[in-house]
Amino acid sequence: MSVVWERRRTALRSGWREFTAQRSGVAGLVVLGVAVAVAVLGPLLTGASALDVTRVEAAAWEPPGPGHWLGTDHTGRSVALLVLNGTGASMLVGLTAAALSVAIGTLVGIASGHFRGWPASALMRVTDFFLVVPQLVLAIALSAVLPRGLGTIVLAIGLTSWPATARVVRAQTLAVEARPYVERAHALGGGHLHVIAHHVVPAVLPLVLVNTTLAVASSIVSESTLAFLGLGDPTHLSWGTLLHQAQLFGAVSKEAWWFLLPPGLGIMGLVLAFTLVGRALETVINPRLRS
Amino acid sequence: MRIAGKLLGAGVSLGMIVVLGFLLFRVIPGDPVVSWARGRPVTPEMLASMRSSYGLDKPLFVQFLSYAGGLLHGDMGQSFSYNRPVLDVIGERVGPTLLLVGTSTVIAVILGLWLGIRSAWRRASTFDRVSTSVALALWSTPTFWLGMLLMIATGDLFPSRGMRDTDTAPDFVSQSLDVAHHLVLPSVTFVAVVYAQYQLVMRSSMLEEMHAPYLTTARAKGLRDDLVRRRHAVPNALLPAVTLVFLHLGLVVAGAITTETVFTWPGLGLLFYDALSGLDLPLLQGLLVVTAGAVVVMNLLADLLYGVLDPRVRAA
Repeated sequence: MSVVWERRRTALRSGWREFTAQRSGVAGLVVLGVAVAVAVLGPLLTGASALDVTRVEAAAWEPPGPGHWLGTDHTGRSVALLVLNGTGASMLVGLTAAALSVAIGTLVGIASGHFRGWPASALMRVTDFFLVVPQLVLAIALSAVLPRGLGTIVLAIGLTSWPATARVVRAQTLAVEARPYVERAHALGGGHLHVIAHHVVPAVLPLVLVNTTLAVASSIVSESTLAFLGLGDPTHLSWGTLLHQAQLFGAVSKEAWWFLLPPGLGIMGLVLAFTLVGRALETVINPRLRS
Repeated sequence: MRIAGKLLGAGVSLGMIVVLGFLLFRVIPGDPVVSWARGRPVTPEMLASMRSSYGLDKPLFVQFLSYAGGLLHGDMGQSFSYNRPVLDVIGERVGPTLLLVGTSTVIAVILGLWLGIRSAWRRASTFDRVSTSVALALWSTPTFWLGMLLMIATGDLFPSRGMRDTDTAPDFVSQSLDVAHHLVLPSVTFVAVVYAQYQLVMRSSMLEEMHAPYLTTARAKGLRDDLVRRRHAVPNALLPAVTLVFLHLGLVVAGAITTETVFTWPGLGLLFYDALSGLDLPLLQGLLVVTAGAVVVMNLLADLLYGVLDPRVRAA
C-alpha cells in the first residue's frame, strides 16, 4: 500500500511542476484565489445596511465619482458593494452546481462503462439524449416549475449539464478496463466493487478533476443566464441577478455603463480563470497536448 | 442498417422529449392553473372552469394520453396568455429566429473554422496566441451582457429594439434594408459568442492531424504548404469538427434565447422569455417540445450526412 501512495505522491509532485510551467494556468489560479477572498470578505466588509434599499442615501443612477467609486444603481445602492457581495452567490452556485453535475456524470459514466448488457446501453441512450437536448431550455423549464431560490438554480444546472462528463468518464472507464491488470484483478477474484474502487476510480479521477473545473466555468455562465432571464433568487444578488435588474430598470437607455461593466467583467474573469485552470490541468494529464 | 438504427434512436429521443415535457409541466408543478393565477385576481370558480377546460381535473394517465394524442395531431393546447393555440403562436415566431440564427450561424461557422485552421497551422505563433485568447475570452462572456454593452457602445448607430420600424416605406427594398439594419447588433452579438467554440474545436481537431504521416507524404511529394493544408489536413480535420458543431446546437438555441431577449427580436427566444415571465406553462411546454425536437432532427440529419461524407462511419 505504501509503495502505491509513494508513487502517487511523486506523480502529484511532477503534475504540480507541469501545471506551474503553464503561465495561463497559474494566472487563473491566482484570480481564483482573489475571488475566493473577495467572496468570503465581501459580506463582512459591506455590512447589511449598505445594500438595504430603504436605508441608502445616495441618488439613483449616479456615475462613478468620489464616495461611489463605481456609481450607484436604480435605487442608489453602491455598485461596488453590490458586485463585492454578488461574488459569493455566483461562486457558490457555480461550485455546487458543478459538483452535482460532475457527481452524476461520473456515476453514470462509470456505471455505463463498467457494466454490460441492456441497463448500460439504456444509460448510454439517456446520456446521448441529454447531450443533444438544449441544456438551457431544460434548465429554464426546471427552474420555471420549481420554487425560486439558489437551490433550484443549482438543481436546474446540475441535473442538465452532466452528460458531457458522463461521456468522458465512460470512455476512460472502457479504456482502463481493457488493460491486462484489470483482467488480472478479475482472474484473482476481484468483484465489481473492487475493480471499480481500486482500478477504475483512480484512473478516472484526474479527468474528473479537469471536468469539474471546466464545469464550474460553464455553471457560472448558466447561472448568470438563468438569473438574467428572471429566474434568479431575488434575495441573493448574484452577478446575473444584478444584470437582470440593470436590464429591467433600463440601464442601457440611461447609458449606465458603470452598472453593467463590473458584474459582467466579474463573470468573465471568474469563468476565464476556471477555464484556464481546467485547460492547464488537461495538459498535465494529457501529454499529447504539450507542445 | 446504420440508418435504421439512427432513425430509431431519433424516434426514441423524440418520445423522451414528449414524456419530459409532460413530466416537467404537468407533474412537477402540481397545478399549472394555480401557479399561473398567482398574483392575478381570479375566483375559485374561474380556476375550476379553467382546470376542466384544460383537462387538469382528470387522472394523470388520462392527461398524458390526451396530451400525447394531441401532439400527434399538431395540437399543443391553448396558451394561457395569448388565448390561442400554442402551435399558432410558435409558428409566427419561427421566421425571425431562422433569419437571425441562420445568418449568424453561417458567419460564425465560416469565421470560426477559418481562424481555427489558421491558428492550428501556425501553432504558438502570435496569430494563434491572440486569436485563441480572444476566442477564450468571448467564450467566457455572457451573451446578454455583450449585447447590452454593444447597445451602449454603438449609441444611435444601429436600432437596438425589434425587427423593423413602423414608419418604413412598405415596398420590399426599404423593408429588407430596415430588417437588415435591425439585424446588425443581434447577429454581431450572436456571432461573437458562438464562433469561439467552432474555432477551438477546429483548432484542436487540426492539431490532432498535424503530425499524421500522410501530411509528411504530401510534403514529400513536393506540394506547397498551402495545398497540404487545404487538400489534405483540412478535409480530415473537418469531420470531427462538424460532428461537434452539430452536438453543440443546443448552445445555438441558448444564444437565440438570450440575444432575442436583449434586443427584443420577435422570435422564438423572445417568446420563451415572455412565456417565462407570464408563467404560461402550456406555451413553455410547446416551446420545449418544438426546440428540443428541432435539435434532435437536426442531429439526425447531421448523422446521416456524416455517413455520406466519411466512409469509415458507414463501415462501423
